[in-house]
Amino acid sequence: MFEQGTFLYELWVSRWALLQGVGATVLISLLAILLGTILGVFVGLVLVYGRWASRFVVRMYVDFVRGTPVFVLVLASYYLLTQIGIQLTAFQAGLVALVVFCSTHVGENLRGALQSLPRGQTEAAKAIGLTFPQLFVYVLAPQALRQALPAWINTATEMVKASTLLSVISVAELMLATKQIVARNFMTLEFYLLAGLIYFLINYAIERAAKAAERRVALPS
Amino acid sequence: MAQPILQIENLHKKFKDIEVLKGVDLALDTGDVVSIIGSSGSGKTTLLRCVNMLEEFHQGRILIDGEEIGYSGPQHKAKRESEIARQRAMTGMVFQQFNLFPHMTAQRNVTLGLTKVKKLPADEANAIAEKWLARVGLKDRRDHYPGQLSGGQQQRVAIARAVAMNPKVMLFDEVTSALDPELVNEVLSVIQDLATEGMTMLLVTHEMKFAFEVSDRVVFMNQGRIEEEGPPEELFRKPKSQRLAEFLKSSKF
Repeated sequence: MFEQGTFLYELWVSRWALLQGVGATVLISLLAILLGTILGVFVGLVLVYGRWASRFVVRMYVDFVRGTPVFVLVLASYYLLTQIGIQLTAFQAGLVALVVFCSTHVGENLRGALQSLPRGQTEAAKAIGLTFPQLFVYVLAPQALRQALPAWINTATEMVKASTLLSVISVAELMLATKQIVARNFMTLEFYLLAGLIYFLINYAIERAAKAAERRVALPS
Repeated sequence: MAQPILQIENLHKKFKDIEVLKGVDLALDTGDVVSIIGSSGSGKTTLLRCVNMLEEFHQGRILIDGEEIGYSGPQHKAKRESEIARQRAMTGMVFQQFNLFPHMTAQRNVTLGLTKVKKLPADEANAIAEKWLARVGLKDRRDHYPGQLSGGQQQRVAIARAVAMNPKVMLFDEVTSALDPELVNEVLSVIQDLATEGMTMLLVTHEMKFAFEVSDRVVFMNQGRIEEEGPPEELFRKPKSQRLAEFLKSSKF
């Protein structure tokens, strides 16, 4: 079909390796975003509503993680957790690092969104007799989530990009798959460009979907 | 005479070390319309906000329909949050900045308290909301979001949201101060309408003419105390205190 040595031939030969890499990248990113968001909501709530002690602990966690390169987090998760007796596969260790990273970003965004809501919203909700859980669910959360959405999309795309760092701990995601293909056929430019294009397409899809979601929840004015 | 619907006794309130209410006594019978006037910093808004526990206070009692609000007993022990939430629903409050929920339609703004606090079924809540939105002249705006309404319309929805809960006392906190001048009257006429119907109301206002027309009594506050209290004719025409006379002179009534 294709002559040996052409890009298309090499692409055909490595199609499964590439697809597996894409699959792994998507899976890692999705899990990191999902679990990181769940943990991040908890982080954000503690930052806003927690008592002094819990707020202090979570604040330290957030500042520490945000002040550390993701690369270092990935390595620490892979090598340090083993040292203290937690045996994780490379995939699991990488995922832990990304979830932790994601949670701090989601947590900070949510904190900012909640704290930016006018105090009058809480007061008006209290004035009609809503309890705090009620006013949070019906009044504060829907507004805060709308506000946090753009930053959350940004975090999601950051997670896809950060997943490339898992290649250094031998998780066979798209970056590592590409490296291995290039090591075999030496088509450095072609395959790294292809990988770049695939990452772009994944993030472009996320942004389009998220923009559609933003429009859906936008308030008419 | 039956017991007052709202009774404020010896109310003291501090912000840090500054005492902003220095012993306020005030009583409203059912159907009373009382306006509080005074310069900014006199404590009038704080007094209003104490009535529904948006501000805590440090001494004294507030009773609504005989029930002590926010605290219990001579130890001034704070009540549970759920209990305070229930008591807040006994009053309706309208704010200077409207504070409508921007992510809900006008209708939903009104039904939220009815379904979640009063636990009414949706159709009953909707019927009540429609009735009150019609009363404030916004029947055809019920599916609009606050962002699609003018300031005057928003404030009328806010009034509907508060009165729909069937409160024992309505509190109005400078409700026309954030409105363009041409929108003030539509809001005032709704309040006038409620007053005529016998709603018990406590208003903080800068609209002296309106306070004069709508009130049974006017209260002049100065530096955390009630300086003078009486029927509007007396208070506005024959002020006893020097400060009130000065205040009225400066407020172009």
